[in-house]
Amino acid sequence: MSDAPHLRPDIDAVLRVRDLVVEFPMKRGRRVHAVSGISFDVARGETLGIVGESGCGKSTTGRAIMQMPRPTSGSIEFESTELTALGKRELREARTRVQMIFQDPISSLNPRRRVRDSVLDPLDIWNRGTVEERATRVDKTLEEVGIDPQRAHDSRPHEFSGGQCQRIAIARALVLDPTLIICDEPVSALDVSVQAQVLNLLEDLKAAHGLTMIFIAHDLAVVKNISDRVAVMYLGRLCEIADPDRLYDRPAHPYTRVLLDSVPVPDPSLGRATTAITGEPPSPISPPTGCRFHPRCPAVDERCRVEVPEMTEIEPGHHVACHHPLVTPVTISS
Amino acid sequence: MTSLQTDGRVADGRLLTVEDLRTTFATERGPVCAVDGVSLTLDRGQALGIVGESGSGKTVLSRSIMGLLPSTARREGNIWFGDQDLLGPNAPDMSRLWGREMSMVFQNPMVSLNPVMRIGEQIAEPLRIHLGMSRRDAKATAIRLLRDVRIPEPDRRVDQYPHELSGGMRQRVMIAIALACGPTLLFADEPTTALDVTVQAQILELIAEQRAERNMSVVLVTHDLGVVAGHTDVIAVMYGGRLVEIAPTKVLFSQMRMPYTEALLQSIPRLDQKSHTRLNAIPGRPPDLHDPPRGCAFAPRCAFVRDRCREEAPPLATAENPDHKFACWYPVGSPEYHETKERISAGLEIGSTS
Amino acid sequence: MSDTINRRLGPLFWIAVGWLVLISLLALLAPWLPIKDPDAYYLVRGERPPYAPSATHWFGTDQDARDMFARTIFGARVSLVIGFVAIAFGMLVGGTTGVVAGYLRGRTDRIVSFVFIVFLSFPSLVLAILITALLDRGLVTIALTLGVLAVAPVGRLARATTLSFAEREFVTAARAIGAGDRRIIIRELLPNVVIPMGALALLGMAVAIVAEGGLAFLGLSVEKGPTWGKLILIGAGSRELEKSPWIAFGPIIILFITVLSLNYAGDRVRSYFDVREIGL
Repeated sequence: MSDAPHLRPDIDAVLRVRDLVVEFPMKRGRRVHAVSGISFDVARGETLGIVGESGCGKSTTGRAIMQMPRPTSGSIEFESTELTALGKRELREARTRVQMIFQDPISSLNPRRRVRDSVLDPLDIWNRGTVEERATRVDKTLEEVGIDPQRAHDSRPHEFSGGQCQRIAIARALVLDPTLIICDEPVSALDVSVQAQVLNLLEDLKAAHGLTMIFIAHDLAVVKNISDRVAVMYLGRLCEIADPDRLYDRPAHPYTRVLLDSVPVPDPSLGRATTAITGEPPSPISPPTGCRFHPRCPAVDERCRVEVPEMTEIEPGHHVACHHPLVTPVTISS
Repeated sequence: MTSLQTDGRVADGRLLTVEDLRTTFATERGPVCAVDGVSLTLDRGQALGIVGESGSGKTVLSRSIMGLLPSTARREGNIWFGDQDLLGPNAPDMSRLWGREMSMVFQNPMVSLNPVMRIGEQIAEPLRIHLGMSRRDAKATAIRLLRDVRIPEPDRRVDQYPHELSGGMRQRVMIAIALACGPTLLFADEPTTALDVTVQAQILELIAEQRAERNMSVVLVTHDLGVVAGHTDVIAVMYGGRLVEIAPTKVLFSQMRMPYTEALLQSIPRLDQKSHTRLNAIPGRPPDLHDPPRGCAFAPRCAFVRDRCREEAPPLATAENPDHKFACWYPVGSPEYHETKERISAGLEIGSTS
Repeated sequence: MSDTINRRLGPLFWIAVGWLVLISLLALLAPWLPIKDPDAYYLVRGERPPYAPSATHWFGTDQDARDMFARTIFGARVSLVIGFVAIAFGMLVGGTTGVVAGYLRGRTDRIVSFVFIVFLSFPSLVLAILITALLDRGLVTIALTLGVLAVAPVGRLARATTLSFAEREFVTAARAIGAGDRRIIIRELLPNVVIPMGALALLGMAVAIVAEGGLAFLGLSVEKGPTWGKLILIGAGSRELEKSPWIAFGPIIILFITVLSLNYAGDRVRSYFDVREIGL
């Protein structure tokens, strides 16, 4: 068990993840190290944003929490229940309190079924209430997300737009009144003008239902907007975790700095986004030793190649895993 | 460097003039007008950004100019490339222009490269077809191009297959292929949407570098306003198949006139905003081109809409800056706009329908 | 909504369906229809059979003066039953196994796939000859023989279709809301898998009917009663064919139209549902 100063044992946490490892076996004895030991907690009513590029393991983390598939090792404690220790049946029951929203809204709904039936499904499976009560609940939830229940009654997913399908998926996740909702890139596949609608909707629903959320995305601005706390992942490890305003104003990890610098800002007077990063993202099959970012880090030294950095607190509520956390700007390497 | 300037090429000045381009598709549900009367110009070395959402027509526009459309499409209007009208009776055979004078970089490098052909061969193809290079010369040029696009160990990579390269590298290869014969006009159709943000920055920088070095014109098609802000000289905003605003980049962001442009900018979460800033979402969704609205395409969603907007589609008007055109009856800054704005902030009435 | 459906499936589709309904009805109601007796000899004094098509004998008669039209209709009974039973058996056994294998993956899948490959590698003709030689040549046996031969190809398609749907996010979503395996297979996967399978069923029936014709040519088809295969065989082999082509042509044309209708309808169903998927 490693030290984890960024964990908060005293708060009312809905989720506590400790030393989560997810690895996938490949041919010839190799493994994909998707997630290599991360720990974090999510307080009740909090939205934790997990951000990172492809291959960082953020989506895998989300699915591991749902035990889909079961993680290789580590502990996932959801409201004092250890999820990794549950049998198949108990796990299915636990899942009713943790729901998930996926990236591609249209393919997350069964194309052959009417949309309202898809939203009714969870209530049917778990026999919640009478038939009338279920119908009322479904209609109410659909209205809450901005979908006409009558239309949902008659229509299939391909008759709705992407944004509407995502609302329907949200309704389906809400109908069981879950405690925690994991959103895996929920707005990436939507039109720009529709993204704001869904983001606002999620904020409103969270307030109305007292939800706790984990929001996984690669878009830094979106994550900043919706999160109370943001965690940055790189190649299966946690780099930095802090509240959004602090993280984005004063990033301590070189990777976070590079990530922020790369984002194109819609303001031409600010000049072009430059990139201080070199090379390609390495593969999670044979990750680098020591600090996984060291091959591309402008501030690398011997220690980084050998020793895995631990999470340390650099200011209250702001933790980073780096041997040379910075506030100095990164210089462009040749 | 490739030195392939030949006859008839525009060395400087006006390279492309599009006049009232209209592209219609014949579909099962009737004709769909994907591009509805778009006019624009582009000089040598300039970068034009075409911004829009799904159904805006931005991709169809770039492909219409290139002529890369399926047989169900019909184009009307004029497209002047140099001194040739690509849609006129003496239009040249486009296959002679593609890859040579104008080329395109596509969105998804995973599927745009031939998986069973080596990288080097794919880059060499346009060289051998258009320039008649020998196999050996083409390969040497391919290696040089790989170096230009900053792929490490180009002599080794040139013999590899696409699946051996990462997404970012594949996109660089696509750029190398597009640049092989030294075109004067490069279309980049959402070139970075499928890539990570750090890789995106590298690719955009690469395109900018090559543009400067070759004095090449670039048309950058994207939905990302951040991308066009930093990499274009002129921006054209498309909505519902129509050109709704076009202006030099700095002018567009500081003096936008079209309420859609303004609403779009206000609805995007930005890094410099505080966390949990409420976003000004635009209600409704982009129009269905099978059934286009009669008046202004944005009317059903516009907060500043009035009756006239629903009846008549506004023509392109010119703003103070002569290069700035927009299509709106009651643009940002007009008295009607301010009137509605006051009403909104007073919380009285929102003149939009959703 | 029905407008779009019609436009996509096309008028020809409905004509094909109409034909299939017609021939099935005729076959079903054959004993009660006002047609001639298929086994009776309608000799006319002074004239040697085969008789040319006429008002009394729409398809003419064969060389024994049996009415060809009636024989074709009664032959339809056998051929259509064989086609239907064969495919139904293949769907039931092969389809179920394929879907379960595609969903469960792992060892189950490996075993089932191996069995399929073995079946497919077996020369089907040899198998048919074996079974008919060992057992009998009754209607049920022949139909089931063809059914057994259909299990592997149908199963493979069912498995592949299930695999592609099982990876879609709505299946993950169903699991996430707590649905068990049984519910997922029945409610999520089957409604999706059934459509390409349905298209395959129509095509498969056509294959089975033609296969019966092939068996007839080997003398292996059903012993009693006319079948299309036997009618064509006898008619085509007869010395009278040159002068009296109707002996074989009646059944050939009916067979051809039926198989064509099945193939066309199957193809239209498949492309109709394909288009809808892509259009998303």
